[in-house]
Amino acid sequence: MGTRLSAKSIQKLLSVRLGDRITFLTDPRPQDLTARLQKKEDLLDAVGALVNDFGMGLAIIVATDERRETDADFKVRYIFEPASTSKGPLADLFVTLLVSLDPGNPCVPSITPMVPAANWHEREMRDMLGIDPQGHPDPRSLVLHDGWPPGLYPLRKDFDPKMRPEKLPAVEFPHLMIEGEGVMEIPVGPIHAGIIEPGHFRFSSVGETVLHLDARLFYAHRGLEKRAEGLTPDEAFYLAERLCGACSVANALAFSEAVEQIAGVTVPPRAQFLRTLVLELERLYNHVGDIGAICAGVGYHWGTSAGARLKEELQRENERLTGNRFLRGMVFPGGVHYDLTAQQMTAVSTIIATIGKQLEELMTSFSYNSSVMDRMDCTGTLSTQIAKDLGVTGVTARASGIDRDARRDHPHAGYAMPSAVLPQVVTKSSGDVQSRVKVRVAEAFESIRLLQLLAKKLLPGPFFISLPEVLPPWRIGLSAVESPRGASIHWLRTDGNGRVDRYHVRSASYANWPAVPYAALNAIIPDFPLVNKSFELCYACCDR
Amino acid sequence: MLRNLIKGLRQGVVTTRYPAVRTDPPERFRGVPEPQTGSSFSDLPPTSVCPTGAITRDVLSGVYTIDLARCIFCGCCADKSREGALRMNREFELSGRLRKNLLLQYSRDAQGRVAEIPLELVDPTTVVDRINTRIHNLCKGSLHLRHLDTGSCNACDWELNALLAPHYDIRRLCIDFVASPRHADGVIVTGCVTRNLELAARRTFEAIAEPRVVIAVGACACSGGVAGTSYASAGGVASILPIDVYIPGCPPRPEAIMFGILLAIDRIEQKHHKSTKKRSSP
Repeated sequence: MGTRLSAKSIQKLLSVRLGDRITFLTDPRPQDLTARLQKKEDLLDAVGALVNDFGMGLAIIVATDERRETDADFKVRYIFEPASTSKGPLADLFVTLLVSLDPGNPCVPSITPMVPAANWHEREMRDMLGIDPQGHPDPRSLVLHDGWPPGLYPLRKDFDPKMRPEKLPAVEFPHLMIEGEGVMEIPVGPIHAGIIEPGHFRFSSVGETVLHLDARLFYAHRGLEKRAEGLTPDEAFYLAERLCGACSVANALAFSEAVEQIAGVTVPPRAQFLRTLVLELERLYNHVGDIGAICAGVGYHWGTSAGARLKEELQRENERLTGNRFLRGMVFPGGVHYDLTAQQMTAVSTIIATIGKQLEELMTSFSYNSSVMDRMDCTGTLSTQIAKDLGVTGVTARASGIDRDARRDHPHAGYAMPSAVLPQVVTKSSGDVQSRVKVRVAEAFESIRLLQLLAKKLLPGPFFISLPEVLPPWRIGLSAVESPRGASIHWLRTDGNGRVDRYHVRSASYANWPAVPYAALNAIIPDFPLVNKSFELCYACCDR
Repeated sequence: MLRNLIKGLRQGVVTTRYPAVRTDPPERFRGVPEPQTGSSFSDLPPTSVCPTGAITRDVLSGVYTIDLARCIFCGCCADKSREGALRMNREFELSGRLRKNLLLQYSRDAQGRVAEIPLELVDPTTVVDRINTRIHNLCKGSLHLRHLDTGSCNACDWELNALLAPHYDIRRLCIDFVASPRHADGVIVTGCVTRNLELAARRTFEAIAEPRVVIAVGACACSGGVAGTSYASAGGVASILPIDVYIPGCPPRPEAIMFGILLAIDRIEQKHHKSTKKRSSP
């Protein structure tokens, strides 16, 4: 820390440390830096410099199979972003460390011991591309479950996308077990007792207290990244929009911005504002719904009903504005699909104002109810240190004292415009369920404030721009959008024909899921649903 | 406590009266992509515009087919058709008992215009032993379902959740979602069948006592949707379970799901959703 953070200062320090074994590029955006390491053994030094000297955190790791291209290798890109825990806005910067791996024996030193946030990313690249992160502490598979034939890697270019390999007889997945007198093991899922997405949780408990939780996800892995390969960006857009229901707009926007970056196109101001509007509408209906779900978690059913009712009213407004209750079909590469009339804007303002009033009422009854507040206080605590180590994002990060918000730190849509209204970032330090709820409530009110302002600030003009028929080849787009769950990071690369060569998404839930077992450690088993709901993570955009 | 009661009374009833009273979806709602009969056949969009391959055209007969099970209701085809030859209407009660009930077919008439090939619905008298009828008789019109997510994007799941919320309150129709398959009369499935969930999905289904009904919700469950068939996905739910009712949509709105569930227990009649209903204004 201490060194001022900019692409220039990072380049200077890295070239001092690594001499001529490193080359630099300004990529993918003008303010970004890509550092290509000549030797993969230098990776740990370079990562150490970014993490320890500049206080950067891991954003995403993208592995690609480029054996059919001129370099004939596998490449891994470790992308870092500023992650200081101090207050205030951080530079909008992504630093990519690029290593090239031998196509015959793709292996690379694992950075997980140094950067715990890399854990899942490295396991995923081992499963999907057969790149071995040497020295990774967890040898288990992540994405591909029992019975997947060893030696088959779906994201390699020679893997036939239509192939459906036979399921092999498999041994039981080695969950971490805790043994001892009175230690109980409780398996839950993958099919849950309710209308919930699939995931398996293995609790080790003594009495009611959770000693250890092993969460196994990726049951909903649909292979969407492989499916996107070879599609035109217009076709792949529909996959991006359907990565997840709750974050439809955020994912659609992140994909669209990546495409626009590659095309070198600037979206007209009216489209930017309309995109911001739907992004905030998405945040609002999700946050309001989540507050209702928290009430369900503590058994406060009046609140559950009230939350569900408010969410429904917002979703009906979504349908009036965009024809879809999840706001699908509004954002697309190049702009937005529908314009909003002044009349519709007034209607949004009125509805938002009413929702604000009713939400305030709900929060009053909520906070006067001691049985509700007691359940949340000091439950499911996630410490700032663990949150920082795991690189969590969104409400989860802000409730654990990390002042990060992609709307401010990686400005997108209307937030990147000079006349933008920026959100006020709310943080809490204790990291328990109550903090997460409080941050979420504050953000819901903040969204209402932003929506009211946006309704007045809408600039006249066109609301979309045509993109070139074919995108430029071999270009990379990288974008981060603040979804209701946190920053969703999309990385897109075009192939020689301007189609999708590789599409990789680190959703907010992907970054946050590894933190849930840590928060559950202090909890009792009956509180786990509450802890889980306070994180409110999606399985779908994590599993893809 | 008392304060909440008073607030609740002041709030009044928000619950919809659907299906007794049909509500119209808003103006921008995207229902069935419907080729307009009488418009020029050559103005219909090419099949390649559809991102999920829901539009096909038979090479020999030239029949133009729109598969609602594959449709994600994005509106691409309507945007790319000329002279408004294909428009999205506002129909949402699209559920069908058979896969072929979801195929809308059109041919070119002698004048080169779009002509409709009538949809064959299942004749209720010929399917006496259908599972729906058996379930209906056994459960006296009530139905308890186990939700099964086989790999959805969670939008359909949220819409099922919405059915339990005050605006829809599906329990007033004697329909509920239960926690255990042992308590259920059937499954309501969302999502394409992922490789990682296939086994769990089969076991959940097998744990339900017969006769049991299977309802597929959304494009992914009906046909594989955007995920299609790949190393990770077996496609639609029909690849592992026998489907009794298909509910198209991406996601279907809560009332559309309600319609499908009622259809599954013969409490409502399947509809011809082509050309019979009023359309959104052009």
